[in-house]
Amino acid sequence: MPEVVIRKKVTCVEEVFHEGGPVAEKPLRRAAAIVVIRNPFAGSYVENIEGFMDDLKPLGLEMAHTLIAALGGDAKVVEGYGKGAIVGSAGEIEHGALWHVPGGYAMRDVLGGAKAIVASTKKVGGPGTRLDVPVTHINASYVRSHFDAMEVGVNDAPRADEILLALVMTTGARVHARVGGLKASEIKGEDGLR
Amino acid sequence: MKAKIRKIATFVEETQREMEREISPPTRRAAAVAVIENPCAGKYVEDLAELMAIGEELGELLAARAVAALGISGPSAESYGKAAAVGENGELEHAAAILHPKLGIPVRRVLGKGAALIPSSKKRGGMGVVLDIPLGHKDAAFVRSHFDGMEVRMNDAPRANEIMVAVAVTDSGRPLARVGGLTKDQIKGEDGLR
Repeated sequence: MPEVVIRKKVTCVEEVFHEGGPVAEKPLRRAAAIVVIRNPFAGSYVENIEGFMDDLKPLGLEMAHTLIAALGGDAKVVEGYGKGAIVGSAGEIEHGALWHVPGGYAMRDVLGGAKAIVASTKKVGGPGTRLDVPVTHINASYVRSHFDAMEVGVNDAPRADEILLALVMTTGARVHARVGGLKASEIKGEDGLR
Repeated sequence: MKAKIRKIATFVEETQREMEREISPPTRRAAAVAVIENPCAGKYVEDLAELMAIGEELGELLAARAVAALGISGPSAESYGKAAAVGENGELEHAAAILHPKLGIPVRRVLGKGAALIPSSKKRGGMGVVLDIPLGHKDAAFVRSHFDGMEVRMNDAPRANEIMVAVAVTDSGRPLARVGGLTKDQIKGEDGLR
């Protein structure tokens, strides 16, 4: 399969102290790693694309490590994650789907075998398109306090023949989480859901 | 700290390729952005000293964060810029009070030098407003390869009573700069211009 050609990398870290309520003792942090690559399938219909998922695995791992470094270097602080992709206009949504396996498994590996499915989203769009990357708890998808999202985007990407790949990790619940549901302290951690 | 900070975000961009050419070493730039309460929102305040003092604090905090995000020492930074977006209950002059009287001195302290004017932009806007931070060489404003800009935005800022304040720092000029003019090796560094 084709090589992975990177044009640009962007890392964003947000630190949230409050949102009008009490200032958090430990601010919530969210980080996004974004990489803009050439879409090797842009411009025509290519039937067999699956092999490119393997080519993307090293990049997925690198991005997962970038996120842990951006959050201070200790994987144990990570409690939520998500992933997403924006495919440039000469590609198709299926090209974005190539990111599910290399992006998701990279984060689960680096986090020591996180159990929950990695929430994801994707779309086709032009440069500057914004993507709301959904975020859920790494070990139990139903933890309500950790349902979150981080908006990502790059003003000059993706160009028509590019794909923007994103991974997101967070360090905790929404800053003023208080709508009940399963708590992180109640996780059984068997099925990735509860 | 005088500033009431709701949120801080950092953005790092690294460009590795442009028009199929490798950029070696990659060009890198970082922006640190704070979202603060606007103590002067909703009313006309004649004396803006409080905002000027906040600007001084944020100059140091944001320059240090941007340099740390690049992983370089302050003096190795090459260009810089600053910008602010005032929420709808504030006035443009609030951005001016933060950016112009006192923010620059601590920025220059962090960067070791900084003979040149810090290029700036400001606006009023709603949440998700885009800030284009102008960039110029920190010691000689006429270095043409370093005329640049960096876009930053946050989907949830500024709220009506907030101000978003940004400082950007780079370790390089534009990728593939080739429109002539003063080059960085020709800097005299005396007057901040050449």
